[in-house]
Amino acid sequence: MIGASGTNHPVSRPTPGQTIGPFYGYALPYEGGPDLVPKGHPDAIRLHGVVLDGAGAPVPDALLEIWQADRTGDVPRKAGSLHRDGHTFTGWGRASTNNVGEYSFTTVMPGAPFIAMTVFARGLMNRLFTRVYLPGAADPFLLSLPPDRRETLVAEKDAGGLRFDVTLQGDRETVFITYPGHS
Amino acid sequence: MEQKSRTHTAVRPNVVVVTEAVRASSDAAATTQAEIGAEIAAIAATRTGEETQPRLDYAPYRSSILRHPTKSPYQADPEAVELFAPVFGPQDVDPLEADLTIQHLGEPIGERIVVTGRVTDGDGKPVANQLVEIWQANSAGRYLHQRDQHPAPLDPNFTGVGRCLTGPDGTYRFTTIKPGPYPWRNHVNAWRPAHIHFSLFGSEFTQRMVTQMYFPGDPLFGLDPIYQSIVDPAARDRLVATYDHDVTLPEVATGYRWDIVLTGGHRTWSESA
Repeated sequence: MIGASGTNHPVSRPTPGQTIGPFYGYALPYEGGPDLVPKGHPDAIRLHGVVLDGAGAPVPDALLEIWQADRTGDVPRKAGSLHRDGHTFTGWGRASTNNVGEYSFTTVMPGAPFIAMTVFARGLMNRLFTRVYLPGAADPFLLSLPPDRRETLVAEKDAGGLRFDVTLQGDRETVFITYPGHS
Repeated sequence: MEQKSRTHTAVRPNVVVVTEAVRASSDAAATTQAEIGAEIAAIAATRTGEETQPRLDYAPYRSSILRHPTKSPYQADPEAVELFAPVFGPQDVDPLEADLTIQHLGEPIGERIVVTGRVTDGDGKPVANQLVEIWQANSAGRYLHQRDQHPAPLDPNFTGVGRCLTGPDGTYRFTTIKPGPYPWRNHVNAWRPAHIHFSLFGSEFTQRMVTQMYFPGDPLFGLDPIYQSIVDPAARDRLVATYDHDVTLPEVATGYRWDIVLTGGHRTWSESA
């Protein structure tokens, strides 16, 4: 419980988050945002799914971001996510849901157990964090979850790659994650 | 504001009861500002200590009713990618994107402002060379978005989208137009206080945040369920910029300062609030 900067440093209180609202659509999504690698890349997989609300209805105004290791498990430290050059793997992408709540990323299978994901939506007061575990992956965090909750974090293998649905509320609610230091 | 209907809420000690009818229908059309105000007050009365983030379950913002998790989150120790943030560089952001008043041939209508501040973590360490994105309504309160059908004019010289990278000391700086308040359909005669949306990255993935910056003294603060979803007044005050005459540019723009403190970095484990 010792702050990195020592005992006398005044710790600043965090700035609260707010909902992304309904009007981010002309600001945050961008050309190439969902394509961490080009669709024709030999190692390309599709990570896709649907975002659902507590009534099981699709959420057409959600925004998802993913952040992941490359195929060898290294964490990318390269810029260029906003203007992709078609060669550099930056490890980060952003996708909106469409009018039936579906999202789709084109990426590579990470050399790591999971892909980190952030969820934003109109009506969601603050961002949510979660993890998209690869089929068959296991780590202490995943194994610590009750089995019925655990499966909400594990992607399903399908023809084009991975399917992962995000359920914001209800019986099939996705496990959302907080990290140490989160207020 | 004269209406006294309180049918949707009842207060017991530390418990807010929002009727199933409200939850099920989320029928905003019939709800009055007075009813929303009563719900806001009832929830505010449940606060027992410091809160630093909005309530996820906040029925006065009707769209949240079916979109908030009802199960507790699990705490995970950040691992691998979570200990790093995506990197953005000069190839991602043109310096001109920080000036929202020069994106078209003509000058946008409205009050030109400079908004600047620093992005730091909870220990005051600057978040350097990191992406800041903003979006906002124009001076008439209209977004350049097809879903915004508010009958206020679009400004052909204003898009309302900006980006910049923070400097070595975490400083960001935008030149823009002061946005107007705008109506929305959460309830009858609902208006949002003027605000600028901010999207922020930290030096770690766990610090990712989207929020809204407000302007000092807005008369709509008390009426707005999105602002009031941050139940602790000290916390929501931190979303309000300060007028700063040292930022004001003579004969060009008035100046606002707004500093941003990110939460969740592993360097800030001392923060347990």
